Amino acid sequence: MDLTALLLSRIQFGSTIAFHIIFPSFSIGIAAWLTVVEGLHLWTGRPVYRLIFEFWLKIFGIAFGLGVVSGIVMAFQFGTNWSVLSRMSGPIQGVLLSYETFMAFFLEASFFGILLFGRSRVPPWFYLFSTAMVALGTSLSAFWIVANNSWMQVPTGYVVQNGQFVPNDWFKITLSPVQWVRFPHMLLAAFLAGAFCVAATGAWYRLRGIFTAEARVMLRMGLYLAAVLLPVQLVFGHLCGEYVVHHQPSKMAAIEARWHDEKPASEVLLAWPDVENRRNLFAITLPPPFGSLIDSDSLTAAEVGLESIPPENWPPVVIPFFSFRIMVGCWLVMVLVAWVGSYLIHKERIEQNRMLLWATFLSFPLPFIAILSGWVTAEVGRQPWVVYGVLRTANAMTPFLTSRVAAISLAVYCVVYSFIFAFGTFYIYRLLRAGPEGRLVLPPAAAVPNRPMSVVDEDRLTPPARHVPAGE
Amino acid sequence: MVMFWVVILAVSILLYVLLDGFDLGIGILFGLTGNEERRRAMLSAVAPIWDGNETWLVVAGVVLWGAFPNVYATLFSAFYLPLLLMLAGLILRGVAFEYRYKTQRLRWVWDAAFAGGSLVAAFIQGMTVGALLEGLPIADGQYTGGEFGWFSPFAVLCAVGLCLGYSLLGACWLLKKCEADIRDAAYRLIPCLAVGLLTFLVVVFVYALAENLQVMHRWLERPNLFVFPAIGIIAALVAASSVRRRRDGLPFYMVALIFVAAFGTLAISFWPYMIPFSITIAEGAAPHSSLAFMFWGEGLFVFPLMLLYTVISYTVFRGKVRSSEGHY
Repeated sequence: MDLTALLLSRIQFGSTIAFHIIFPSFSIGIAAWLTVVEGLHLWTGRPVYRLIFEFWLKIFGIAFGLGVVSGIVMAFQFGTNWSVLSRMSGPIQGVLLSYETFMAFFLEASFFGILLFGRSRVPPWFYLFSTAMVALGTSLSAFWIVANNSWMQVPTGYVVQNGQFVPNDWFKITLSPVQWVRFPHMLLAAFLAGAFCVAATGAWYRLRGIFTAEARVMLRMGLYLAAVLLPVQLVFGHLCGEYVVHHQPSKMAAIEARWHDEKPASEVLLAWPDVENRRNLFAITLPPPFGSLIDSDSLTAAEVGLESIPPENWPPVVIPFFSFRIMVGCWLVMVLVAWVGSYLIHKERIEQNRMLLWATFLSFPLPFIAILSGWVTAEVGRQPWVVYGVLRTANAMTPFLTSRVAAISLAVYCVVYSFIFAFGTFYIYRLLRAGPEGRLVLPPAAAVPNRPMSVVDEDRLTPPARHVPAGE
Repeated sequence: MVMFWVVILAVSILLYVLLDGFDLGIGILFGLTGNEERRRAMLSAVAPIWDGNETWLVVAGVVLWGAFPNVYATLFSAFYLPLLLMLAGLILRGVAFEYRYKTQRLRWVWDAAFAGGSLVAAFIQGMTVGALLEGLPIADGQYTGGEFGWFSPFAVLCAVGLCLGYSLLGACWLLKKCEADIRDAAYRLIPCLAVGLLTFLVVVFVYALAENLQVMHRWLERPNLFVFPAIGIIAALVAASSVRRRRDGLPFYMVALIFVAAFGTLAISFWPYMIPFSITIAEGAAPHSSLAFMFWGEGLFVFPLMLLYTVISYTVFRGKVRSSEGHY
């Protein structure tokens, strides 16, 4: 067992998936938003919705393409670095991921083509339907991915035979109660990412005094949606906490930096967990029964502390403790921005309030930071297990993987990813800065289903492209 | 149920080899010309479909994992470095398709990435097949060959062979899709590629005989295996005559048929092994409950739809690429 190779493999998996997760969560949110906008366009007939739709479709195209490219690596990495895991859990995880590929590939690829070049060839209701199908495809993709991860968090519906996890209840595996709180939690996070990106773009245009009509719609829809979804997200986040309390006591104890069993428990708000001495430094703590109230909805419940768990089964306490607080912190700031913003919109005062416009503009990274830190909480908190309670991460790695080879692959992925994502992000930024007007062209004749990024070619935006009259 | 997934896997891999084969081949040929007009024409011949082609690789990968986890785990961990290079190549060439038109100054970077990425991906795929033919060092279902156990002169021979094969397939696709300049260039190139490929096939065969590879015994033991090479030879003859008579459409299908024949030869000479000669299909397969769950959803319903979608997408983009669209 090569411990360095293990660490490098974990870093590699973590960083490639962190790169990847940004783009799908963005495109899930934007796909849903496109459906809403297209619906509004059909319903009200206002051209501003059409302008906004065409504009965000282009941005969706780039994010979608980058998500696809970075996703290919994920299908291979389980086998290259985690061959023991993939051999044992292939009958379950491989099956779930194959469903993801088949379903998402089919729905997205088929209907994305219609979005790009089918507006003039299909009736309006079918165009709306196609938009909804793309949104459904991205959401279904999230369903299977989260189902896969939920099984790793709380394995169920299987027996172990000949060293393999053999499924015996697919209903439990795909539709477990854990999945039903984690999938909505992820989906809402993606919708919030979309809502904040839209609102931030609107705020940006408003600050620069351009695209007034579009900016108004983007600000309103983005902030209103966020204001409604954020409390719902809190509920699902809380429900996710409940499954952690029941199924993963070690993760919960680490998130709360709770060292001793307590009944009823106190709640550490902020501290520096001192793992060596099993105590918290500089702690700001709410007295009992706040810990029990938050974790178990009870005034008297006993909460497990790390000391009643064997230290070899502890996750690295500091990481989940802080990543969880970063996620919650992002949520608090988002609530503040969304609620104050919605109130000001309601009072028709937001357009004069430059401070709030700046806050909205600068808030677009928050949902992504929250997604990443929430994901770190879930994954690092699950350690030292890869399949919780059943298979240790250290035993899941390809046994003959050397640290040299693992270092090479980590370096190659880092270089390639940084390279392509730097350019991709730059192109998205350029499109956003330029805004909808003057960029609105009819779908280029050569844009095709399988080439989402082709919608944004510079070549296409020059004279031969036909501009849609604004009053259409 | 196991057989159903063997067939789905075989179809996915074959589709990948045929479809991504020609666009990787065009990527390799792309590196041979410096002419911007020609480069645009070559790209426009594959631009609408390459992404869909590559998706078949992911499909094959996840089917392998879900339906044959033992094979997936053993193969992918054994080919750690080659797969890394192949993925890097595929990613770079994939984004190059899109990024090269967004810059003038840095276009050469993306062009190099496109040609280099295609070449690396094709080379690695050939090497993988070569290493499998030679037999990977495996004990108790576990790869024991070390970091470079997949590397051998024979594997390199197969890799060069596959690069030539893909290039030939790519050149034939260009005949089918392009006109004038590019088409003439392809006609000039095809005989060279064909002769090169033939030479490599002979060398590989002789090498396999000389090294007394285990897979050779199977060929000699099972004479009806020669049906596939026979189909290949007939296809090659038809291809040669259609090239001579300048029938633009036909050579691609004939070369594709040669690939099918080669694939069939490989498949039957591996049979019943999935990794020759250590893991059989039965040993590699997932338990029945997994295969059945896959069958009743994605196998029975989604897979036919995916095939249909591929057909539709090729039908929409059939025919020659007009030069007016040549700016892509």
